[in-house]
Amino acid sequence: MNTEEYISSGKLELYVAGLLSEKENIQIHNDAKQYPELNKEIEAIEASILALSKAASPTMADGSFNNIKHKLNLAKETKVLQLPKQKANWTAYSGWAAAVIISAGLFWMYTQNQNLESQIQIVSQEKINLESQIENASNSLVESELLLNTIRDKNIAVVALGGQTISPTSYAKAYWNKVEKKVHIDAKGLPEPPDGFVYQVWSLKLNPLTPTSIGLLEDFKGDENKIFAFANPNESEAFGITLEPAGGSKSPNLEQLYTLGVAST
Amino acid sequence: MQLETLVIEFQKKDPLAFEKLYSMYSENICGVINTIVKNSELSQEICQDVFVKIWNNSDKYNASKGRFFTWILNIARNAAIDEVRSKSYKNTKKNLSADYFVGILEDSTNLDNKIDAIGIKKFLVHLKDKCVQIIELLYFKGYTQKEASEELDIPIGTVKTRNRSCISQLRKNVLN
Repeated sequence: MNTEEYISSGKLELYVAGLLSEKENIQIHNDAKQYPELNKEIEAIEASILALSKAASPTMADGSFNNIKHKLNLAKETKVLQLPKQKANWTAYSGWAAAVIISAGLFWMYTQNQNLESQIQIVSQEKINLESQIENASNSLVESELLLNTIRDKNIAVVALGGQTISPTSYAKAYWNKVEKKVHIDAKGLPEPPDGFVYQVWSLKLNPLTPTSIGLLEDFKGDENKIFAFANPNESEAFGITLEPAGGSKSPNLEQLYTLGVAST
Repeated sequence: MQLETLVIEFQKKDPLAFEKLYSMYSENICGVINTIVKNSELSQEICQDVFVKIWNNSDKYNASKGRFFTWILNIARNAAIDEVRSKSYKNTKKNLSADYFVGILEDSTNLDNKIDAIGIKKFLVHLKDKCVQIIELLYFKGYTQKEASEELDIPIGTVKTRNRSCISQLRKNVLN
């Protein structure tokens, strides 16, 4: 190929101007690849047009490429989208409101239930207490009836024990069933014994004076009705109650004789 | 980087390649547009739109069918001509060509755009009016050879040879 002729034909100038047919363009493109001098010529023509067009350019504003990047969303900074103002969604609002009200209601009902349950517990505890009180009452009623029957027995002899020098206001009673050989001492009229001391009940023969212990009024303070039952196999002529050291004594301390009473024969 | 590689990267939508091409050609493209719309701000505006278009149509460029510059040059002058026509100039190409950019550029005091009038004068030294006319018609206004021959009232064969000799003179001026 005669490249000189090719160059001087004026075709390459038209190629740069973009005025050739597609077929011619492809031809020149391929030829330029093959012949570097053709390519060089094309670049020189282009350079002259570039220089001329550049001279005609307006003064370019700064950051003009940033504008393009912005238009193409190529800018790295994230574009802030203005979200459309949402319309008030009343269905959603009322839904939430209902949910809140229901939750509050559920909580209120829960606390109410808790209160009721604890009240039930208190009441049932009270009920248990009352039941046991009733039981105790009926128990004591049975005891009282038993006691009353004992005292009313026809074989009972009642012996009144009067207060003695050391305690004139004291008194006691002995209910003696000679057949059953039992004696009940009603010690309600005795003062509480001091700590470390206990009342001791004695069966007495008078001539000569022979005391026989029939028992101690143990747990005097704790005994509610202050009635104590003893076995008494003796042919008693009198009964006496003395204050003795805890555990009792073998013979009575007559200086601490609180009550004394003679049995009628 | 080689122009070819740069264009390939650009066609792969590499913003950095695009920016490089922009810095290589933006002044030329804006210059071409300015010779048509003759308004600095407007030409810059169109110029930006042209580069947006170039980016969006990057896949349409085919190196075997022409130079990259030729491709964007064509897009630019079409955009500029569209703009001038839409501006209710109702101009035909003949009207458009009535004043050649050189004449106006030389009278730069009348322009609101700052043009390197000295620079362009330097390129135009020894260029006859008929050269200025034919270069402007073929390169900046996209006239076909036939249209140019009608416009300049010369035989169509002469367009090619005259253009060749005029470009040769321009090249000399540019080199000097």
